[in-house]
Amino acid sequence: MPDRITMQVTRYRPEEESGESVQEYEVPCSKDWVVLDGLNYIKDRLDGSLSYRWSCRMGVCGSCGMTVNGEPKLTCETFLSEYGSGPVRVEPLKNFPVIRDLVVEIGDFMRKLVMVKPWMIRDQEKPVSEGEYLQTPNELDEYKQFSMCINCMLCYSACPIYGLEPGFIGPAAIALAQRYNLDSRDEGSAERLDVLSEHDGIWGCTFVGECTEVCPKHVDPAGAIQRYKLTAALAGLKSFVLPRSAR
Amino acid sequence: MAKRSLEPMLWLLFSAGGVVSALLVPILVLLLGIAFPLGWLSAPNYEHLFAIVRHPLTRVALFGICVLSLFHGAHRFRFTLYDGLQIKHLNELINLFCYGGAIVLSLWAGYLLWAVP
Amino acid sequence: MSEHLRDHPAEHPGYTEYHPRWLRRRPSTYWWLERRAYVSFITRELSSIFIAWFIVYLLLFIRAVSRGDASYQQFLAWSRHPVVLVLNVVTFLFVVFHAFTWFNLAPKAMVVHVGGKPLPASVISASNYAAWVAATAFVVWLLLGG
Repeated sequence: MPDRITMQVTRYRPEEESGESVQEYEVPCSKDWVVLDGLNYIKDRLDGSLSYRWSCRMGVCGSCGMTVNGEPKLTCETFLSEYGSGPVRVEPLKNFPVIRDLVVEIGDFMRKLVMVKPWMIRDQEKPVSEGEYLQTPNELDEYKQFSMCINCMLCYSACPIYGLEPGFIGPAAIALAQRYNLDSRDEGSAERLDVLSEHDGIWGCTFVGECTEVCPKHVDPAGAIQRYKLTAALAGLKSFVLPRSAR
Repeated sequence: MAKRSLEPMLWLLFSAGGVVSALLVPILVLLLGIAFPLGWLSAPNYEHLFAIVRHPLTRVALFGICVLSLFHGAHRFRFTLYDGLQIKHLNELINLFCYGGAIVLSLWAGYLLWAVP
Repeated sequence: MSEHLRDHPAEHPGYTEYHPRWLRRRPSTYWWLERRAYVSFITRELSSIFIAWFIVYLLLFIRAVSRGDASYQQFLAWSRHPVVLVLNVVTFLFVVFHAFTWFNLAPKAMVVHVGGKPLPASVISASNYAAWVAATAFVVWLLLGG
């Protein structure tokens, strides 16, 4: 394994240039170094002007998503040694506007996430005096996988439809909606159906399946979406055939 | 009430068509499109084939296969045009071509199957 | 600076009124060539054209059979034409690809619960394949034996 590895980092400085450029840096390569360590080395020792997001450095906060050699990855979980003698190309996450260098604008995702109402909705809140909500292990297993999402947006970066279709709600948001729909304590499926079943909401998805491939937490958003398509379609059919019982 | 959109219905048709075409079209292509013309296997004699085709059950089944497979293909092709060629701005034209084509071919299928002597 | 920016936007191309201009990268027309998974996806989607072609062929077949033995034999002769034959072979390959991808992915949409627990995806996949074998056997029996 080589001592040093070249990192080709995309730069975008709007106050100086109107487009992207690539800058090369040589960083030490130790077997326990991840791409984030390389970026931190660059910022600390080589070029303090590099901008990027990171936080927990252990794969739970979802801040450090970037495109590494063409693949969406969490840079804190991607080892430099995976790339042999390099070079390692680091670009901002695809399908998002770039604010600066490797920092992307995630406002669209945040708005779409709120639209699906990713919180417990109940017709009647249970007062504290009545005790806790009880849930069996089987009921927990129904939605547990979808609750693992860390909002890192690698799935949005991998999804070609999200890049092409401005109205598409996107994998993580739909998986999170399912996390609540499938939770036995939640009663908000009908409310979420209105948002999701709109023309572009989920119907733009053509089951490419890349979102599931790149998810670092094995959430399987593609599965969540297909399952929801069936639920939404049957609900639509029911409301068409029996309009009164649907409401 | 969820906003009345045709998308969920079209997706159900697409799914049904996907199942039907996945189950039946491969063997039908193999037999009708390749094996019979090339004379592999002992192809059925004409009387046998005709008896099968004119049976009311076969006609209904064939109609179902045709309609569902056509709508499956139309739905998938529509999205391929949107995403593959990025011509979504022509979406009315694309919808007309895809679903319109499926409807026209379904009508032809219905006529042909009804008209079997 | 912000007044100058607001009044003379052309002199500050890197800025909008409120923040530096974001870089918006559009997907390329050939995005589907960029990853193997995308190529595989588009191939699967293109099977739709071949399904449509087969239905047309099937309808022509039915029409030929309806018109009598002579017309049926003529149709078979036409099907032997290299262009039609090659088209049907290609159609067969695409349709088989569609079937495999469909049966592998269908379990994701259909979660069947038995006794409180969902059935594993492999069980649903296996039953799909079993159904495929059964359907194929039925068609073969119908057309060749019966």
